[in-house]
Amino acid sequence: MSILDNKIPEGPLAEKWNKHKAAIKVVSPANKRKLEIIVVGTGLGGASAAASLAELGYKVKAFCYQDSPRRAHSIAAQGGINAAKNYQNDNDSVYRLFYDTIKGGDYRAREANVYRLAEVSPNIIDQCVAQGVPFGREYGGLLDNRSFGGVLVSRTFYARGQTGQQLLIGAYQALNRQISKGAVEMYNRHEMLDLVKIDGKARGIIARDLVSGEIKRFGAHAVVVATGGYGNVFFLSTNAMGSNGSVAWQCYKRGAFMSNPCFVQIHPTCIPVHGDQQSKLTLMSESLRNDGRVWVPKKKEDAVKLQKGELHPNDIADEDRDFYLERRYPSYGNLVPRDVASRAAKERCDAGFGVNSEGKAVFLDFKYAIDRLGKSVIEARYGNLFQMYEKITDVDPYKAPMMIYPAIHYSMGGTWVDYNLMTSVPGLYSIGEANFSDHGANRLGASALMQGLADGYFVLPYTIGDYLADEIMTPMADTNAPEFAAVEKEVTDRIEKLYNIKGSKPVDYFHKKLGQVMWDYVGMARNAEGLKKAIEMIKEIRAEFWKDVRIPGELDNLNPELEKAGRVADFFDIGELMARDALDRNESCGGHFREESATEEGEAKRNDEEFTYVSCWEYKGEGAEPDMHKEDLVFENVKLTQRSYK
Amino acid sequence: MADKILKKLKIKVWRQKNAKSKGKFETYTIENISTGSSFLEMMDILNFQLIEAGIDPIAFDHDCREGICGTCSLYINGRPHGPDTEVTTCQLHMRKFKDGETIVIEPWRARAFPVIKDLVVDRTAFEKILQAGGFVSVNTGGVPDANTIPIPKEDAEESMDAAACIGCGACVAACKNASAMLFVSAKVSHLAKLPQGKVEAASRAKNMVAKMDELGFGGCTNTQACEAECPKSISITNIARLNREYLCAKVSE
Ligand SMILES: Cc1cc2nc3c(=O)[nH]c(=O)nc-3n(C[C@H](O)[C@H](O)[C@H](O)COP(=O)(O)OP(=O)(O)OC[C@H]3O[C@@H](n4cnc5c(N)ncnc54)[C@H](O)[C@@H]3O)c2cc1C
Ligand code: SF4
Ligand code: FES
Repeated sequence: MSILDNKIPEGPLAEKWNKHKAAIKVVSPANKRKLEIIVVGTGLGGASAAASLAELGYKVKAFCYQDSPRRAHSIAAQGGINAAKNYQNDNDSVYRLFYDTIKGGDYRAREANVYRLAEVSPNIIDQCVAQGVPFGREYGGLLDNRSFGGVLVSRTFYARGQTGQQLLIGAYQALNRQISKGAVEMYNRHEMLDLVKIDGKARGIIARDLVSGEIKRFGAHAVVVATGGYGNVFFLSTNAMGSNGSVAWQCYKRGAFMSNPCFVQIHPTCIPVHGDQQSKLTLMSESLRNDGRVWVPKKKEDAVKLQKGELHPNDIADEDRDFYLERRYPSYGNLVPRDVASRAAKERCDAGFGVNSEGKAVFLDFKYAIDRLGKSVIEARYGNLFQMYEKITDVDPYKAPMMIYPAIHYSMGGTWVDYNLMTSVPGLYSIGEANFSDHGANRLGASALMQGLADGYFVLPYTIGDYLADEIMTPMADTNAPEFAAVEKEVTDRIEKLYNIKGSKPVDYFHKKLGQVMWDYVGMARNAEGLKKAIEMIKEIRAEFWKDVRIPGELDNLNPELEKAGRVADFFDIGELMARDALDRNESCGGHFREESATEEGEAKRNDEEFTYVSCWEYKGEGAEPDMHKEDLVFENVKLTQRSYK
Repeated sequence: MADKILKKLKIKVWRQKNAKSKGKFETYTIENISTGSSFLEMMDILNFQLIEAGIDPIAFDHDCREGICGTCSLYINGRPHGPDTEVTTCQLHMRKFKDGETIVIEPWRARAFPVIKDLVVDRTAFEKILQAGGFVSVNTGGVPDANTIPIPKEDAEESMDAAACIGCGACVAACKNASAMLFVSAKVSHLAKLPQGKVEAASRAKNMVAKMDELGFGGCTNTQACEAECPKSISITNIARLNREYLCAKVSE
């Protein structure tokens, strides 16, 4: 299929990246000074890219919607970052990390990209240490590692429970250094609202200054998108309140394909929803499953009493507890991968065994670990998480079991990119969680941070040169060009249209409604009938939104409701595409579970014959059905097997 | 344990249209808030009501809502981040309030943090301080293997204690002089405690302090209000370290 050239280099897997680097073009220092790059988003992906590109000599403009790059959602990552350092001498290697990632992704990612990710991973740790990231250390002064779900080696580097924070601060410091040198112009509180193309190439963006409301034009020779994931389409998720899919959607409408949008990750250990006032969900680190045992009552009457608050969990005898993960998966027990653990919790709650007032929670109990190891050991391991849990729920997890429930956490799907991380629009790149490239149908813990920094520090700075080398004669983009004016007009028209609806209901009303449909029909378990229904329901809510939303405030002032409205308007479209994609993929793989494709015991069943491909959706205009192209996945190095955790 | 309902609360909140206009307090009433809701969820509900009633909702900063991004910044009942310890505004829960209470909400008040709208302030001054030297001067690539330099565990831990600062600005809001010393000292300590950051420690301290003074933050008179209100328990011993590094830089001038 000529429309999709993934540019994967020829040759043996382990030599592809080196060969590719040797073959691609390089831009001279004198010419780099003449080339401008826009980086949208300054999380781990964007901040590392912006700093590295500026160090190379390119002129960089970077954008984020918060008041500082340090506040990007990457800051919230807790557990750690993987790297194939083999510091523990436990026979880890680039190949093993590659293999674990491909298998963990349920064989729906590209071999070549994943191998490169594993290959550059050790450099990330070196870079971060040089920047002053205070990783956890052993008494001998060397770096410490932890283990994470789904793997047999210890390769996760961490900075207490704040790894994302410390990595982002490292990248932010590098970025600040370039800002102070004038090599990066930083635009905080600016939101990208559209992409500008000239002669088919990405040449700039339209952004809104969120404080003054001014709509501005910015030109460049290339545009890099690092705007994170779209999990907030579900309204409730572990993502930050402002996380959104709008830039990915703007790019999609300008010709960048969207891949595997239905692949989202549902994390099993989040604090459950508490009634209808909730605005977001809080993650409790995956590491808790190392020492906590998951259970619900065996007897339904006990569950009913728990739901009514008439029974305390500690009063249920051991023999009346159903440790359903240990029962169903004796070999992995409480440590089954995220998707399996999430579905098992939902199964029990749907069957009526949920333990909170809404019947949508299971217990994660530390009593057994405390009996075995003592309270002080548990406190040393999880003290900060226990404190956080108590602050939120007012329950002391040393004395009573935690309640947890699955929540939307990460989007594996995203903008299609080739091996150079370029989208199907020339000159437009996508990195970090925003692209689809490395995690297949399920992401392993501690691999998102690795991917964001790999893309930004060690991949994009090389591959972008291959494109820019041919642009050295292209003058700076003229923001007075008619192409800029035309896109700007579309942007202002849309804002005015939204603002002038002057309906009766706030944005959140519609967002919650959308989220409920997504969770019910495009969530943890999906089937054809439900997905078709979801598409229809989304259309209805969208129509209601465009008729009845009320946006208060002014256009030329800080206006958070206006910002939200624009994002939610795009979420309707993203949600619909997710449902379409899920409908097309009539197999169960990774986080995507189609009820029609299950074994007799209810486990996920992949269908490699028909579905070993990446779906690549092409926009065909407002209201028109999108086209789907398939990029076949070719596995030359690993053998496809069904995952089993029994 | 079980959530209760706060039947009625009065919210007395600072309203200011933009940086140029003069602000004033307005009082709103809100009903039926679950004690299990977070403070910002209460604000969401209030805003929902205001929008339905045709009133401009209250602008406030927030993003992660789990105490790590440092965006939220409310001064509640006379305390930055409100009446709980070691939490940010977004982690504060309504069980800390009583039924019928009047809750007073203001923005951070400091000359260096001008109000943008309502409760949203401009913290660009913090960015500028960090740009003046809050980094290690290394480029991407060409760095040694991470394990070539062993670092004593205690040093790494102390560095991490300081690096936990989320840049929220509560220390400035808590200080009667609106000093940024705790924030600056946290960055200086984070880096000075590690061999990688030691190299530029003295010049870093000097440049960051100079920038802080230039931007209109007040001086430190050791009232310790900053430490008491810091949601991340950043210790004022960092200020002593900053003073030492600063002195080193001045002596070698
Ligand atoms: C609670 C939690 C814990 C996690 N823990 C881990 C972990 O332990 N290990 C791990 O590997 N992964 C973890 N993850 C996943 C990981 O944190 C993210 O996938 C990753 O940080 C995403 O980085 P990013 O740079 O792609 O995007 P983000 O960090 O989301 O940054 C997005 C950037 O884009 C900007 N932006 C967005 N829209 C616009 C716009 N329209 N205009 C301008 N700017 C815009 C934002 O301002 C921001 O700067 C966790 C995620 C969550 C939610
Ligand atoms: S020192 Fe504490 S109060 Fe001050 S900015 Fe840092 S985290 Fe906030
Ligand atoms: S919103 Fe992120 S710390 Fe409060």
